[in-house]
Amino acid sequence: MNKLISSVSPHINSNSTTQKIMLDVVIALIPAAIASVIIFGARSLLVIGVCVAVCILSEWGFEKICKKENTISDLSAVVTGMLLAFNLPVSIPLWQAAFGSIVAIVVVKQLFGGIGQNFANPAITARIIMMTAFSGTMTSWVFPDASSSATPLALISKGQISGLPSYLNMFLGYHGGCLGETCTLALLLGGAYLLVKRVISWHTPTAFIATVVIMSFICGKDPLYQFMSGGLVIGAFFMATDYSSSPATKWGKIIFGIGCGLITVLIRFWGNFPEGVSFSILLMNILTPYIEKMTRAKPLTGGGKV
Amino acid sequence: MRLHGAKVPHKKNTAESKPVKIPVSKTVVIPMSMHIGKQARVTVKKGDNVKVGTLLGEQDGFISAPVHSSVSGTVAKIDEITMSSGMKVPAVVIETDGLQQKDDAVKPPEVKDFDSFINAVKNSGIVGLGGAGFPTFVKLNVKELEKIDAVIINGAECEPYITSDTRTMLDKTDYIFKAIDAVKKYMGVKRFIIGVENNKPQCVKKLSEYSKDDSLVEVRPLPAVYPQGGEKVLVYNTMKRIIPKGGLPLDVGVIVINVTTLAFIGEYLETGMPLVEKCVTVDGSAVKEPKNVIAPIGTPISDLLESAGGLKSEPYKIIYGGPMMGISVPSGEAPVLKMTNAVIAMDKKEAVPPKTTACINCGKCLNHCPFKLDPRAIARAYKTGSGEDLEKLCVDLCMECGCCSYVCPAKRPLVQTNKLAKSMLRNYINKKKAEEEENE
Ligand code: SF4
Ligand code: SF4
Repeated sequence: MNKLISSVSPHINSNSTTQKIMLDVVIALIPAAIASVIIFGARSLLVIGVCVAVCILSEWGFEKICKKENTISDLSAVVTGMLLAFNLPVSIPLWQAAFGSIVAIVVVKQLFGGIGQNFANPAITARIIMMTAFSGTMTSWVFPDASSSATPLALISKGQISGLPSYLNMFLGYHGGCLGETCTLALLLGGAYLLVKRVISWHTPTAFIATVVIMSFICGKDPLYQFMSGGLVIGAFFMATDYSSSPATKWGKIIFGIGCGLITVLIRFWGNFPEGVSFSILLMNILTPYIEKMTRAKPLTGGGKV
Repeated sequence: MRLHGAKVPHKKNTAESKPVKIPVSKTVVIPMSMHIGKQARVTVKKGDNVKVGTLLGEQDGFISAPVHSSVSGTVAKIDEITMSSGMKVPAVVIETDGLQQKDDAVKPPEVKDFDSFINAVKNSGIVGLGGAGFPTFVKLNVKELEKIDAVIINGAECEPYITSDTRTMLDKTDYIFKAIDAVKKYMGVKRFIIGVENNKPQCVKKLSEYSKDDSLVEVRPLPAVYPQGGEKVLVYNTMKRIIPKGGLPLDVGVIVINVTTLAFIGEYLETGMPLVEKCVTVDGSAVKEPKNVIAPIGTPISDLLESAGGLKSEPYKIIYGGPMMGISVPSGEAPVLKMTNAVIAMDKKEAVPPKTTACINCGKCLNHCPFKLDPRAIARAYKTGSGEDLEKLCVDLCMECGCCSYVCPAKRPLVQTNKLAKSMLRNYINKKKAEEEENE
C-alpha cells in the first residue's frame, strides 16, 4: 500500500464548482445575445465579442503582472464581459467598449482582490463610469432598420406616450435600448434557467420587480410598461444577484431587492435620468455589508423547550 | 421551521448484504481507549492466555469503559499505538490461536433493578456506536429519571455508504425491542421514538411490525437529508426541541441512543458476551466487492478490505466511518475499533481533494448549515484572529457535520477552518477569564 492521504473530513464534495456556476450564467445569457443580434443586427455580436475578449485579456494580464494565480478559467470574466456588452448601445465605438471592459475587470474587480471580493458589480460600475465619460455615444439609441431613436423610458419621461411601442414589441424587445436589455422574453428564459439550476434564488428578482410594479401602480404609471422597459429584468435577474456585491442571506436578498426597486422608481419617476436600475444596484451594493450584518441568521443556540 | 442540510449521495450499496463473519486475523491490536473519557487500565500482561470476552482493561474513573478480548490467544505485548486523533494509548497485542474459545466468565448478567441494569451496561463495555464513543452507562445513569420524556433511538444512518445500522435494524430487531423493554422496566421511560431516514423503507417496515402493538414505541420515518442523524438535528426533527449550546439532550428531557448500541444492550442481557465484534460496512471506490462483515475488534482494517474481495485499485485514502465525518487513517494497520461502523477505501479519483479556489460569496455554506452558522464569516474572523467575532458567530456550536464544505463550489476547507477557529475561540475565552480573574 502506498502512503495514504490523510485529510480532515468531509472526504467528498458536491460537484458544483465556480466554473460550472459561471458557465450556467453564460448559458442563461445566450437567449438575450441571440435576441440582440436579431433585433439590432450583427454588430451586437461584435460588441459582445470585444467586451468578452478584453475582459478575459485584462484579467489574464492583471494577474500576470501582479503574479497572481491565473483565474480566467473560472469564466467570471466572460460573464462580466457579456453583461457589460448587454448594457451598451449597439452603436458604441469599439474602443469605448474595450475601455469599459478594462475598467470593469481591473478597477472594479481585481483592484479589490478579484472574484468574490469586489463590493460593486463590475459591469454596472463600468457602465456608470462610461455614461459619465461618453455620455453622447452611451445614449444614442440607433435602430438599424427603424427610425426610433429614443428608449421607451425616455419617451415616457418626456411625456410622448403616443410614440411608445406596443406591449408585444416591448416583450419581444423591438424598441430602443441597450443591446441585451430589451428582449424581456429572452431574459426571462435565462432567469428561469438560473432559478431552476439554483444559481440564484427567487428572493432578489422577485422583491426587485415586485417593488417596481407595485410602486408604478401606486404612482399611476403603467406597471407592465415599467416592468418591460429599461434594464429592470436584466438587472433583477443577472446584476442584482451578483454573489460578491449582494447579500448572501435570504432576508438580505429581499431587502436588497426592495431597496433596488425603490431607488429605481425614485430615479425613473422623479430623477433627472430616465433609467435608474444601474444606480439603484450600485447604491445597494454599497449598503450590502450593513444589510448582511442586519439579517445574519441567529445561530441555533437553543435553550429550553420550544 | 426546518433545519437545513445537504442532499448527499446515499450510496447504500451494501444494504442487502447480510454481514458475514471474517476469518480471525493472526494478530489483533486492541487499544485501551476506544471511548471518550479516561483510558482503561490494562489488566493483562505479556504471555497471558486470553479467551473471547476476557477482560483486558478495566474501567478507570467515572467516565471510562472496560475493554475485552475479541479473540482467544496469547498476549504478545503491551504496545503503545497512535490513534488517528494523534493521542498515544496503550494497546494489547494478541497472537490469536484461531480457536475462538469463550471465556468462562461470560454469562448473562443478573439484572433486577436500575442499579444492576446500569452495572450490566457498564460491564458490557458498550460505548456510543454512532461514532462518538461516549460510555453508554454514563449516559443512561440519570439521577432524576422522571426528567426523561423520551428516548430517541437513532437509526437515521445519514452518512453515505454505511449500512451497518440498517443491518442491525433488519437482523437484530428482537434485541432492539428486548433492550427497549429493559429501559422501560428499569428506567421507567414511557416514550420511544425510532428515527429512520425514509431511504430505508425495509427498516421502517420491519420496526413497525414489531412496534404495532406497543403504544409506547413510535417508528418515525425522516427525510433523507444529511445530517439527519446528528444528535441535535434528530432531537429537533423528532421533538422540535433545541438542545442549548454546550448542553446535552437530557437538558431538554431526552436521551438519544444509537440503534446498534441499543441492540447490543439487548443482546448482552441475553448472552453476557461483552462488546468484542462489530458489523462493519466495507465499501468505497477502491473496494472490489462492497459488503458487510463481522470482525473482531482489533482486526487490522487491511484484513477487512481483503475479506471484501480485495481491492480493485490502489487505495489513496482509507477512512473510518462515513465520508462526511469519518477520520482518515494513516495506514491499513489501523485496527477496527468499538465505534467503527464502516471502512471506506477510496481510489485516486475519489480520494484526491479538489483544488481550492477563491470564495465567491455565493452563500451556499450558510444556507445549508443546520445550525445557521456562517462559515464564510467564521473563516474571515479566523483570518483576522478576532476571538470576539468568533464568539459572536458561535463557532463553538459547529458539529463539524461537513455540509458547508460539501456544498461549497470553491471547495473551501470550511470544516478545517472551523476546527482551528474553535480552538482559537477557546484560547480567547480562557485568556479573557484569566484577565477577569486578575482584575478581581
Ligand atoms: S459556499 Fe464557499 S464560495 Fe460560497 S460563500 Fe461559502 S465559502 Fe464562499
Ligand atoms: S458550520 Fe459546522 S455545523 Fe454548520 S454546516 Fe459547517 S460543519 Fe456543519
